[in-house]
Amino acid sequence: MADMTLIEAIRCALDEALAQDGRVFITGEDIGRRGGVFRATQGLYEKYGARRVMDSPLTEMGIVGVGIGAALADLRPVCEIQFADFIHPAFNQIVGEAARMYYRSAGGWRVPLVIRVPYGAVPGGGLYHCQSVEALFAHIPGLKIVVPSTPRDARRLLHGAILDPNPVLFLETKYGYRQIRGEVPERDAPLLPGPARIARSGVDLSLFAWGLMAHYAEVAAERAAREDGLDVEVVDLRTLHPLDRDSVLTSVSKTGKALVVHEDNRTMGFGAEIAALLVDEAFECLDGPVKRLAAPDVPAAPFNRGMFDFFLPGPDDILAAIRDLAAY
Amino acid sequence: MPGEAVTRPSQVLSDDTLLEMYRLMLLSRRLDERAWALHRQGRVQFHVSAMGHEATQVGAAFAINRGVDYVVPYYRDLAMAIALGCSALDFMLGLFARRDDPWSAGRQMPCHFSDRDRHIISGSSTVATQVPQAAGLAFAVRYRQRAGLVDPQDETQPRLALTSLGEGSTNQGEWHEGMNWAGVQCLPLVCLVENNRYAISVPQTEQMAIPSVATRAAGYGAQGESVDGNDVLAVYDAMHAAVQRAYRGEGPSLVEAHTYRLTPHTSDDDDRSYRSREEVAAAGEVEPLLRYRSVLLERGLLTPKMVDDLEAQARARVDEAQRAAEAAPEPAPQEADSPVLAPLPEGLA
Repeated sequence: MADMTLIEAIRCALDEALAQDGRVFITGEDIGRRGGVFRATQGLYEKYGARRVMDSPLTEMGIVGVGIGAALADLRPVCEIQFADFIHPAFNQIVGEAARMYYRSAGGWRVPLVIRVPYGAVPGGGLYHCQSVEALFAHIPGLKIVVPSTPRDARRLLHGAILDPNPVLFLETKYGYRQIRGEVPERDAPLLPGPARIARSGVDLSLFAWGLMAHYAEVAAERAAREDGLDVEVVDLRTLHPLDRDSVLTSVSKTGKALVVHEDNRTMGFGAEIAALLVDEAFECLDGPVKRLAAPDVPAAPFNRGMFDFFLPGPDDILAAIRDLAAY
Repeated sequence: MPGEAVTRPSQVLSDDTLLEMYRLMLLSRRLDERAWALHRQGRVQFHVSAMGHEATQVGAAFAINRGVDYVVPYYRDLAMAIALGCSALDFMLGLFARRDDPWSAGRQMPCHFSDRDRHIISGSSTVATQVPQAAGLAFAVRYRQRAGLVDPQDETQPRLALTSLGEGSTNQGEWHEGMNWAGVQCLPLVCLVENNRYAISVPQTEQMAIPSVATRAAGYGAQGESVDGNDVLAVYDAMHAAVQRAYRGEGPSLVEAHTYRLTPHTSDDDDRSYRSREEVAAAGEVEPLLRYRSVLLERGLLTPKMVDDLEAQARARVDEAQRAAEAAPEPAPQEADSPVLAPLPEGLA
């Protein structure tokens, strides 16, 4: 067992993947000598050289497009988009190309590509270093969306994403990179995209979250237990697409109440899909409205700290939402 | 040309090869014409034509290691696909959107080629998206060579990526970003620009401030050359130089082949609003199939009888492919549900 931060676990997985499989290479902006702007690839350039750990020209569509080509040629590219906010120029390569390749060739060509994307609000990040993009991509068939919230999951899910023959968007909460710590076993099997994690078992209410919000949800649920005697089940979805529908439905069939928390803005956020699923397939189980706690419908977290705190849901906000729904 | 020094690579092509190039151009042309007729009869939904581009495409295909080197074509490349080994039946199955359409099993519009065995990458209809991907394939070629996984001289392995697109598509960011990547990393990429003077309806003069797309190559450290795209041997020669340069590790090239689209953009287009009939008729006078036939007749490689025989053979192949495709089963409608995700490898699921 080792105690790691989220980013250390990601770096560890990248190092292991490069060591294990000669087809794996990393590319992105400043990921070589600089070790990435967040240091996710620190030390890897020195260890594996420029052939395996390759700084890219400044072109997100190029990073993804070249990654697609290399994946078609049966390499295992792990591409880094420096901030989720910068992924939009690559939208067409991801949505129109990588995600559709398998279907459009009737299974002829596959794209085993991992795109690592630091996402979400971080103090001082402003409108273009804070965006959450999961809902934009979760709509797209053919693309897997993974969002780990613990160091152990980050490491094993990154290995699983690299093994997956499909394109995987691997979203990393950058605010959680050094804030989230946890135990990581010495040896751990890869975890393929798919299953949710019951972070905390409970009977009074189901709380669905991912990434940083899953981390905060656990904090809030512990406080609800301590301060209110409420037994909240926290379901860390980990993979948004394909969604582990069974885990969502099983949890709500037990608790009868559902709260979804995300730092993406509310309208057409992924919480809407959870709510729709529950209304559609667990209507009889519900003892209250499906509630969403989300960021307001503004472009992203503002730069000013007070406005930032207003924007981003925190453990206090989650606790308040738990209390409201529990009282329904 | 006895006694003359060999100055053009096409001069050493065998008679069989020269005739094969003709046969393939002819087959593509007749398939194309049949597709238009079938569309006018209401028997197929859509066609996108390669007519007029056959010399460019066949000349280019013959310059690479066909079936081995990666090819990332665009939807106008019927003659290229045929030259790479795709069959008349393959085309017809796609045209009729049949279950056994090998390129997309009825999911894509016709002429969206895809053939894993022949290293032809599936394309979309969104222009220039294939260029960074082609750079990625070229990157993979070089990656494997540098890792010592393959011998750079091994002709059974891909040694370059060829991509193609129209001149209008070189205005897309993806073209520029892909070319820049290939240039800065000195990748074995050959970009064939099939310049037919129009991006659907908009002439080149309204698309870019330069008369020749080839000059764009300089901005990316690539070799740029323009060539008469209606002269199959001239295209072969220009492409041969670009391909050998890629094989030698000297980086990307751009070959601009000047040609003309003899038909509207697609079966849904009407070109009368943007091209005069005189202009189209004039292009027909210098179109590549007749022109190459004249060359072969002049050289004595073809006789009038052979021309007729080859014509009959091509038509028979088109007839047979059409019959087989029309008789082939439709996909079950519910097959539309898959395959969205590739299955996990054995032992992982």
